[in-house]
Amino acid sequence: MEYGIFQIIILSIFINNFVLARFLGLCPYMGVSKQLDSAVGMGMAVTFVMTIASLVTWLLYTFFLAPTYQNIFYTLFSTPIQNVPDLTFLRTIVFILVIASLVQFIEMYIQKVSPTLYRALGIYLPLITTNCAILGVAVLNIDLFFADGLPKDSSFIHTLVQAFSAGIGFTLVLVLMAGIREKLELANIPKPLQGLPIAFIVAGLMSIAFLGFSGMNIK
Amino acid sequence: MSVMSEFIKGIYKENPVFRLALGLCPVLAVSTSISNAIGMGAATTFVLLSSNIIVSLLMLLFSKILSEDGQKSINKIRIPMFIVVIASFVTIVEMVMSAYFPILSESLGIFIPLIVVNCIILGRAEGYASKNPLIPSIADAIGMGIGFTLALIAIAFLRELLGSGTLLGQNIMGGGFKPVLLMILPPGAFLVIGLYLALLNWLDLRKKES
Repeated sequence: MEYGIFQIIILSIFINNFVLARFLGLCPYMGVSKQLDSAVGMGMAVTFVMTIASLVTWLLYTFFLAPTYQNIFYTLFSTPIQNVPDLTFLRTIVFILVIASLVQFIEMYIQKVSPTLYRALGIYLPLITTNCAILGVAVLNIDLFFADGLPKDSSFIHTLVQAFSAGIGFTLVLVLMAGIREKLELANIPKPLQGLPIAFIVAGLMSIAFLGFSGMNIK
Repeated sequence: MSVMSEFIKGIYKENPVFRLALGLCPVLAVSTSISNAIGMGAATTFVLLSSNIIVSLLMLLFSKILSEDGQKSINKIRIPMFIVVIASFVTIVEMVMSAYFPILSESLGIFIPLIVVNCIILGRAEGYASKNPLIPSIADAIGMGIGFTLALIAIAFLRELLGSGTLLGQNIMGGGFKPVLLMILPPGAFLVIGLYLALLNWLDLRKKES
Protein backbone atom coordinates (compact mmCIF):
# COMPACT_ATOMS: atom_id res chain seq x y z
CA MET A 1 0.00 0.00 0.00
CA GLU A 2 1.15 3.54 -0.74
CA TYR A 3 1.84 5.93 2.11
CA GLY A 4 1.55 9.69 2.08
CA ILE A 5 4.18 12.06 3.44
CA PHE A 6 2.59 12.35 6.89
CA GLN A 7 2.45 8.54 7.27
CA ILE A 8 6.10 8.24 6.25
CA ILE A 9 7.11 10.78 8.90
CA ILE A 10 5.19 8.99 11.68
CA LEU A 11 6.39 5.57 10.48
CA SER A 12 10.07 6.43 10.40
CA ILE A 13 10.18 8.47 13.62
CA PHE A 14 8.05 6.30 15.90
CA ILE A 15 6.82 2.99 14.52
CA ASN A 16 9.92 1.84 12.61
CA ASN A 17 12.36 3.87 14.68
CA PHE A 18 15.81 3.34 13.24
CA VAL A 19 17.49 2.39 16.49
CA LEU A 20 14.81 0.69 18.53
CA ALA A 21 12.90 -1.19 15.83
CA ARG A 22 15.33 -1.54 12.91
CA PHE A 23 18.58 -1.88 14.91
CA LEU A 24 20.52 0.58 12.78
CA GLY A 25 23.12 2.95 14.20
CA LEU A 26 23.63 1.13 17.48
CA CYS A 27 27.32 2.01 17.81
CA PRO A 28 26.74 5.78 18.17
CA TYR A 29 23.60 5.05 20.18
CA MET A 30 25.67 3.22 22.79
CA GLY A 31 28.87 5.23 22.37
CA VAL A 32 27.73 8.87 22.23
CA SER A 33 24.79 8.73 24.65
CA LYS A 34 26.70 9.46 27.84
CA GLN A 35 26.19 13.24 27.72
CA LEU A 36 23.25 15.29 26.52
CA ASP A 37 25.31 17.87 24.58
CA SER A 38 27.20 15.35 22.51
CA ALA A 39 23.99 13.39 21.89
CA VAL A 40 22.36 16.47 20.38
CA GLY A 41 25.45 17.17 18.23
CA MET A 42 25.66 13.59 16.98
CA GLY A 43 21.94 13.50 16.24
CA MET A 44 22.12 16.67 14.18
CA ALA A 45 25.18 15.46 12.28
CA VAL A 46 23.50 12.13 11.47
CA THR A 47 20.27 13.80 10.32
CA PHE A 48 22.22 16.16 8.07
CA VAL A 49 24.40 13.47 6.48
CA MET A 50 21.46 11.05 6.13
CA THR A 51 19.41 13.57 4.16
CA ILE A 52 22.26 14.53 1.82
CA ALA A 53 23.40 10.93 1.37
CA SER A 54 19.85 9.87 0.48
CA LEU A 55 19.57 12.67 -2.05
CA VAL A 56 22.84 11.74 -3.75
CA THR A 57 22.27 7.98 -3.71
CA TRP A 58 18.74 8.40 -5.11
CA LEU A 59 20.08 10.49 -7.99
CA LEU A 60 22.89 8.01 -8.68
CA TYR A 61 20.54 5.03 -8.56
CA THR A 62 17.94 6.57 -10.86
CA PHE A 63 20.23 8.19 -13.42
CA PHE A 64 23.13 5.80 -13.45
CA LEU A 65 22.53 2.35 -11.98
CA ALA A 66 18.93 1.42 -12.74
CA PRO A 67 17.90 0.82 -16.39
CA THR A 68 15.17 3.48 -16.35
CA TYR A 69 14.13 6.02 -18.96
CA GLN A 70 16.03 8.61 -16.90
CA ASN A 71 19.29 6.65 -17.16
CA ILE A 72 22.03 8.82 -18.65
CA PHE A 73 22.96 6.12 -21.18
CA TYR A 74 19.43 6.46 -22.55
CA THR A 75 19.07 10.25 -22.34
CA LEU A 76 22.57 11.40 -23.29
CA PHE A 77 23.99 8.62 -25.46
CA SER A 78 20.61 7.50 -26.87
CA THR A 79 21.33 3.83 -26.22
CA PRO A 80 18.20 1.79 -27.00
CA ILE A 81 16.37 1.12 -23.71
CA GLN A 82 16.88 -2.68 -23.88
CA ASN A 83 20.66 -2.14 -24.15
CA VAL A 84 20.93 0.20 -21.17
CA PRO A 85 23.17 -1.65 -18.69
CA ASP A 86 21.52 -2.81 -15.47
CA LEU A 87 24.11 -1.85 -12.86
CA THR A 88 21.87 -2.25 -9.81
CA PHE A 89 24.12 -5.01 -8.45
CA LEU A 90 26.83 -2.38 -7.91
CA ARG A 91 24.56 -0.64 -5.38
CA THR A 92 26.53 -1.57 -2.25
CA ILE A 93 29.97 -0.61 -3.61
CA VAL A 94 28.76 2.65 -5.15
CA PHE A 95 26.76 3.72 -2.12
CA ILE A 96 29.47 3.10 0.46
CA LEU A 97 32.07 4.93 -1.63
CA VAL A 98 29.73 7.85 -2.23
CA ILE A 99 28.84 8.09 1.45
CA ALA A 100 32.47 7.90 2.57
CA SER A 101 33.59 10.64 0.18
CA LEU A 102 30.48 12.70 0.86
CA VAL A 103 31.23 12.74 4.58
CA GLN A 104 34.80 13.88 3.86
CA PHE A 105 33.51 16.58 1.53
CA ILE A 106 30.86 17.82 3.98
CA GLU A 107 33.49 17.99 6.71
CA MET A 108 35.81 20.09 4.53
CA TYR A 109 32.96 22.34 3.38
CA ILE A 110 31.59 23.01 6.87
CA GLN A 111 35.08 23.69 8.19
CA LYS A 112 35.55 26.34 5.52
CA VAL A 113 32.10 27.92 5.55
CA SER A 114 30.93 27.80 9.14
CA PRO A 115 33.52 27.29 11.87
CA THR A 116 30.77 27.46 14.54
CA LEU A 117 28.87 24.58 12.98
CA TYR A 118 32.15 22.73 12.54
CA ARG A 119 32.90 23.04 16.23
CA ALA A 120 29.46 21.63 17.01
CA LEU A 121 29.43 18.75 14.49
CA GLY A 122 33.05 18.36 13.42
CA ILE A 123 34.21 15.60 15.71
CA TYR A 124 31.15 13.46 14.97
CA LEU A 125 31.47 13.55 11.19
CA PRO A 126 34.36 11.05 10.80
CA LEU A 127 32.48 8.61 13.03
CA ILE A 128 29.52 8.71 10.67
CA THR A 129 31.20 7.02 7.67
CA THR A 130 30.91 3.56 9.17
CA ASN A 131 27.53 4.26 10.78
CA CYS A 132 25.20 1.63 9.40
CA ALA A 133 22.21 3.97 9.72
CA ILE A 134 23.45 6.07 6.78
CA LEU A 135 23.99 3.17 4.38
CA GLY A 136 20.87 1.58 5.87
CA VAL A 137 18.62 4.51 5.00
CA ALA A 138 20.07 4.67 1.47
CA VAL A 139 19.40 0.97 0.88
CA LEU A 140 15.95 1.15 2.52
CA ASN A 141 14.94 4.05 0.27
CA ILE A 142 15.72 1.90 -2.75
CA ASP A 143 13.89 -1.10 -1.27
CA LEU A 144 10.78 0.87 -0.33
CA PHE A 145 10.41 3.50 -3.03
CA PHE A 146 11.52 1.56 -6.10
CA ALA A 147 9.62 -1.32 -7.65
CA ASP A 148 11.59 -3.57 -10.04
CA GLY A 149 14.27 -0.92 -10.42
CA LEU A 150 11.77 1.79 -11.42
CA PRO A 151 11.02 4.74 -9.12
CA LYS A 152 7.49 4.79 -7.73
CA ASP A 153 5.31 7.93 -7.77
CA SER A 154 6.94 10.89 -6.00
CA SER A 155 9.70 8.57 -4.78
CA PHE A 156 12.18 11.44 -4.70
CA ILE A 157 10.16 13.47 -2.17
CA HIS A 158 9.38 10.35 -0.14
CA THR A 159 13.07 9.46 -0.05
CA LEU A 160 14.03 12.87 1.33
CA VAL A 161 11.17 12.84 3.85
CA GLN A 162 12.03 9.35 5.04
CA ALA A 163 15.74 10.18 5.40
CA PHE A 164 15.10 13.39 7.33
CA SER A 165 12.53 11.91 9.67
CA ALA A 166 14.68 8.80 10.25
CA GLY A 167 17.38 11.22 11.38
CA ILE A 168 14.94 13.01 13.66
CA GLY A 169 13.85 9.66 15.12
CA PHE A 170 17.51 8.75 15.70
CA THR A 171 18.13 12.10 17.43
CA LEU A 172 15.01 11.66 19.58
CA VAL A 173 16.01 8.28 21.01
CA LEU A 174 19.67 9.33 21.35
CA VAL A 175 18.68 12.38 23.41
CA LEU A 176 16.22 10.37 25.51
CA MET A 177 18.90 7.76 26.16
CA ALA A 178 21.46 10.42 27.10
CA GLY A 179 18.99 11.89 29.60
CA ILE A 180 18.48 8.49 31.20
CA ARG A 181 22.18 7.66 31.27
CA GLU A 182 23.07 10.96 32.94
CA LYS A 183 20.70 9.97 35.75
CA LEU A 184 22.06 6.40 35.78
CA GLU A 185 25.52 7.75 36.66
CA LEU A 186 24.15 8.61 40.10
CA ALA A 187 22.18 5.40 40.59
CA ASN A 188 23.41 2.47 42.62
CA ILE A 189 23.72 -0.29 40.02
CA PRO A 190 24.96 -3.83 40.83
CA LYS A 191 28.57 -4.20 39.71
CA PRO A 192 28.15 -6.76 36.90
CA LEU A 193 25.45 -4.61 35.29
CA GLN A 194 27.46 -1.38 35.22
CA GLY A 195 28.32 0.15 31.84
CA LEU A 196 27.07 -1.52 28.68
CA PRO A 197 24.73 -4.18 30.19
CA ILE A 198 22.49 -1.65 31.93
CA ALA A 199 22.54 0.55 28.80
CA PHE A 200 21.22 -2.39 26.76
CA ILE A 201 18.52 -3.14 29.31
CA VAL A 202 17.46 0.53 29.31
CA ALA A 203 17.37 0.37 25.50
CA GLY A 204 15.18 -2.73 25.77
CA LEU A 205 12.73 -0.93 28.04
CA MET A 206 12.67 2.08 25.69
CA SER A 207 12.06 -0.30 22.82
CA ILE A 208 9.06 -1.78 24.69
CA ALA A 209 7.73 1.75 25.09
CA PHE A 210 8.19 2.45 21.38
CA LEU A 211 6.48 -0.84 20.55
CA GLY A 212 3.32 0.86 21.82
CA PHE A 213 3.40 3.15 18.77
CA SER A 214 2.94 0.18 16.44
CA GLY A 215 -0.70 0.04 17.58
CA MET A 216 -1.29 3.43 15.98
CA ASN A 217 -3.72 3.38 13.08
CA ILE A 218 -2.25 5.80 10.53
CA LYS A 219 -4.27 5.08 7.42
CA MET B 1 51.37 -22.29 18.72
CA SER B 2 51.01 -18.60 17.92
CA VAL B 3 48.73 -19.31 14.96
CA MET B 4 46.61 -21.46 17.26
CA SER B 5 46.36 -18.69 19.85
CA GLU B 6 45.37 -16.15 17.16
CA PHE B 7 42.61 -18.56 16.21
CA ILE B 8 41.43 -19.23 19.78
CA LYS B 9 41.38 -15.62 20.99
CA GLY B 10 38.44 -14.60 18.81
CA ILE B 11 36.20 -17.26 20.28
CA TYR B 12 36.19 -16.25 23.94
CA LYS B 13 38.93 -13.90 25.17
CA GLU B 14 38.41 -11.28 22.46
CA ASN B 15 34.97 -12.29 21.28
CA PRO B 16 33.97 -9.54 18.81
CA VAL B 17 30.40 -9.26 20.11
CA PHE B 18 30.59 -9.87 23.85
CA ARG B 19 34.09 -8.54 24.59
CA LEU B 20 34.79 -5.88 21.97
CA ALA B 21 31.10 -4.88 21.44
CA LEU B 22 31.63 -4.62 17.67
CA GLY B 23 29.09 -5.25 14.93
CA LEU B 24 26.07 -5.07 17.19
CA CYS B 25 23.49 -3.99 14.62
CA PRO B 26 23.33 -7.29 12.67
CA VAL B 27 23.68 -9.29 15.89
CA LEU B 28 20.55 -7.78 17.39
CA ALA B 29 18.58 -7.64 14.16
CA VAL B 30 18.97 -11.16 12.76
CA SER B 31 19.08 -13.18 15.98
CA THR B 32 15.36 -14.00 15.89
CA SER B 33 16.07 -17.59 14.86
CA ILE B 34 19.08 -19.88 14.84
CA SER B 35 18.95 -20.47 11.08
CA ASN B 36 19.14 -16.72 10.45
CA ALA B 37 22.02 -16.51 12.92
CA ILE B 38 23.97 -19.26 11.12
CA GLY B 39 23.35 -17.64 7.73
CA MET B 40 24.51 -14.22 8.90
CA GLY B 41 27.51 -15.74 10.71
CA ALA B 42 28.57 -17.67 7.61
CA ALA B 43 28.21 -14.61 5.36
CA THR B 44 30.21 -12.42 7.73
CA THR B 45 32.91 -15.07 8.20
CA PHE B 46 33.29 -15.41 4.44
CA VAL B 47 33.67 -11.65 3.94
CA LEU B 48 36.02 -11.41 6.92
CA LEU B 49 38.22 -14.25 5.68
CA SER B 50 38.40 -13.08 2.06
CA SER B 51 39.04 -9.45 2.92
CA ASN B 52 41.71 -10.40 5.47
CA ILE B 53 43.46 -12.54 2.84
CA ILE B 54 43.35 -9.83 0.16
CA VAL B 55 44.35 -7.02 2.53
CA SER B 56 47.25 -9.02 3.96
CA LEU B 57 48.50 -9.96 0.47
CA LEU B 58 48.06 -6.39 -0.84
CA MET B 59 50.08 -4.91 2.00
CA LEU B 60 52.80 -7.54 1.47
CA LEU B 61 52.88 -6.71 -2.24
CA PHE B 62 53.09 -2.97 -1.59
CA SER B 63 55.90 -3.41 0.90
CA LYS B 64 57.82 -5.44 -1.75
CA ILE B 65 57.35 -3.31 -4.86
CA LEU B 66 56.94 0.25 -3.61
CA SER B 67 59.55 2.73 -2.48
CA GLU B 68 59.29 4.34 0.94
CA ASP B 69 57.44 7.40 -0.46
CA GLY B 70 55.02 5.19 -2.34
CA GLN B 71 54.24 3.28 0.85
CA LYS B 72 53.56 6.53 2.66
CA SER B 73 51.03 7.66 0.07
CA ILE B 74 49.41 4.21 -0.01
CA ASN B 75 49.05 4.46 3.75
CA LYS B 76 46.95 7.59 3.37
CA ILE B 77 44.36 5.92 1.15
CA ARG B 78 44.37 2.52 2.83
CA ILE B 79 40.93 2.85 4.50
CA PRO B 80 39.03 3.59 1.25
CA MET B 81 41.00 0.78 -0.36
CA PHE B 82 39.93 -1.68 2.35
CA ILE B 83 36.32 -0.53 2.01
CA VAL B 84 36.35 -1.27 -1.73
CA VAL B 85 37.79 -4.75 -1.11
CA ILE B 86 35.14 -5.46 1.56
CA ALA B 87 32.29 -4.05 -0.55
CA SER B 88 33.25 -6.26 -3.50
CA PHE B 89 33.07 -9.40 -1.37
CA VAL B 90 29.77 -8.26 0.15
CA THR B 91 28.37 -7.86 -3.37
CA ILE B 92 29.45 -11.43 -4.15
CA VAL B 93 27.70 -12.67 -0.99
CA GLU B 94 24.59 -10.66 -1.85
CA MET B 95 24.35 -12.15 -5.34
CA VAL B 96 25.10 -15.73 -4.25
CA MET B 97 22.56 -15.53 -1.42
CA SER B 98 19.74 -14.18 -3.54
CA ALA B 99 20.45 -16.83 -6.19
CA TYR B 100 20.85 -19.93 -4.01
CA PHE B 101 19.21 -19.09 -0.64
CA PRO B 102 16.27 -16.82 -1.53
CA ILE B 103 14.39 -17.44 1.75
CA LEU B 104 17.42 -16.67 3.91
CA SER B 105 18.25 -13.62 1.81
CA GLU B 106 14.66 -12.40 2.22
CA SER B 107 14.73 -12.72 6.01
CA LEU B 108 18.19 -11.14 6.43
CA GLY B 109 17.03 -8.27 4.20
CA ILE B 110 19.09 -5.09 4.25
CA PHE B 111 21.55 -6.57 6.72
CA ILE B 112 23.37 -8.37 3.89
CA PRO B 113 24.49 -5.14 2.15
CA LEU B 114 25.12 -3.70 5.61
CA ILE B 115 27.91 -6.26 6.21
CA VAL B 116 30.06 -3.58 4.52
CA VAL B 117 29.73 -1.26 7.52
CA ASN B 118 30.11 -4.04 10.11
CA CYS B 119 32.92 -2.66 12.26
CA ILE B 120 34.41 -6.13 12.88
CA ILE B 121 35.47 -6.52 9.26
CA LEU B 122 37.07 -3.10 8.76
CA GLY B 123 38.46 -3.36 12.28
CA ARG B 124 40.24 -6.66 11.58
CA ALA B 125 41.46 -5.53 8.14
CA GLU B 126 42.90 -2.30 9.54
CA GLY B 127 43.94 -3.51 12.98
CA TYR B 128 45.24 -6.98 12.16
CA ALA B 129 45.53 -8.07 8.51
CA SER B 130 47.30 -4.92 7.30
CA LYS B 131 50.11 -5.48 9.80
CA ASN B 132 50.46 -9.26 9.80
CA PRO B 133 51.46 -11.97 7.31
CA LEU B 134 48.98 -14.19 5.52
CA ILE B 135 48.71 -17.29 7.75
CA PRO B 136 48.05 -15.49 11.07
CA SER B 137 45.56 -13.22 9.25
CA ILE B 138 43.64 -16.26 8.05
CA ALA B 139 43.64 -17.74 11.56
CA ASP B 140 42.50 -14.42 13.00
CA ALA B 141 39.66 -14.10 10.47
CA ILE B 142 38.39 -17.64 11.04
CA GLY B 143 38.61 -17.26 14.82
CA MET B 144 36.80 -13.93 14.81
CA GLY B 145 34.20 -15.26 12.37
CA ILE B 146 33.51 -18.31 14.52
CA GLY B 147 33.37 -16.12 17.64
CA PHE B 148 30.86 -13.83 15.94
CA THR B 149 28.75 -16.78 14.75
CA LEU B 150 28.78 -18.42 18.20
CA ALA B 151 27.70 -15.16 19.86
CA LEU B 152 24.87 -14.82 17.33
CA ILE B 153 23.79 -18.41 17.95
CA ALA B 154 23.91 -17.90 21.73
CA ILE B 155 21.55 -14.92 21.47
CA ALA B 156 19.33 -16.55 18.86
CA PHE B 157 19.09 -19.73 21.00
CA LEU B 158 17.39 -17.89 23.88
CA ARG B 159 15.25 -15.70 21.63
CA GLU B 160 13.98 -18.53 19.44
CA LEU B 161 13.44 -20.93 22.35
CA LEU B 162 11.46 -18.46 24.45
CA GLY B 163 9.95 -16.42 21.64
CA SER B 164 8.55 -19.18 19.46
CA GLY B 165 9.24 -22.38 21.44
CA THR B 166 11.33 -23.90 18.65
CA LEU B 167 14.99 -24.53 17.83
CA LEU B 168 16.02 -24.59 14.16
CA GLY B 169 12.31 -24.86 13.37
CA GLN B 170 11.84 -28.00 15.52
CA ASN B 171 9.18 -27.74 18.21
CA ILE B 172 10.90 -28.06 21.60
CA MET B 173 8.57 -26.69 24.21
CA GLY B 174 5.46 -28.69 23.28
CA GLY B 175 1.95 -27.58 22.47
CA GLY B 176 1.02 -26.18 25.89
CA PHE B 177 3.82 -23.59 25.82
CA LYS B 178 2.73 -19.99 25.28
CA PRO B 179 5.53 -18.19 23.39
CA VAL B 180 6.89 -15.01 24.98
CA LEU B 181 6.32 -12.87 21.92
CA LEU B 182 8.43 -10.06 23.37
CA MET B 183 11.58 -12.13 22.85
CA ILE B 184 11.37 -12.18 19.06
CA LEU B 185 10.31 -8.54 18.94
CA PRO B 186 13.09 -5.90 19.07
CA PRO B 187 13.05 -5.39 22.90
CA GLY B 188 13.94 -9.07 23.44
CA ALA B 189 17.22 -8.60 21.57
CA PHE B 190 18.29 -5.69 23.78
CA LEU B 191 17.33 -7.49 26.99
CA VAL B 192 19.04 -10.78 26.04
CA ILE B 193 22.35 -9.16 25.03
CA GLY B 194 22.27 -6.97 28.16
CA LEU B 195 21.84 -10.03 30.37
CA TYR B 196 24.57 -11.98 28.52
CA LEU B 197 27.01 -9.07 28.98
CA ALA B 198 26.09 -8.87 32.67
CA LEU B 199 26.66 -12.62 33.06
CA LEU B 200 30.15 -12.37 31.49
CA ASN B 201 30.98 -9.38 33.71
CA TRP B 202 29.83 -11.34 36.73
CA LEU B 203 32.04 -14.32 35.80
CA ASP B 204 35.03 -11.99 35.35
CA LEU B 205 34.41 -10.30 38.69
CA ARG B 206 34.18 -13.66 40.44
CA LYS B 207 37.42 -14.85 38.87
CA LYS B 208 39.16 -11.65 39.95
CA GLU B 209 37.97 -12.02 43.55
CA SER B 210 39.04 -15.64 44.00
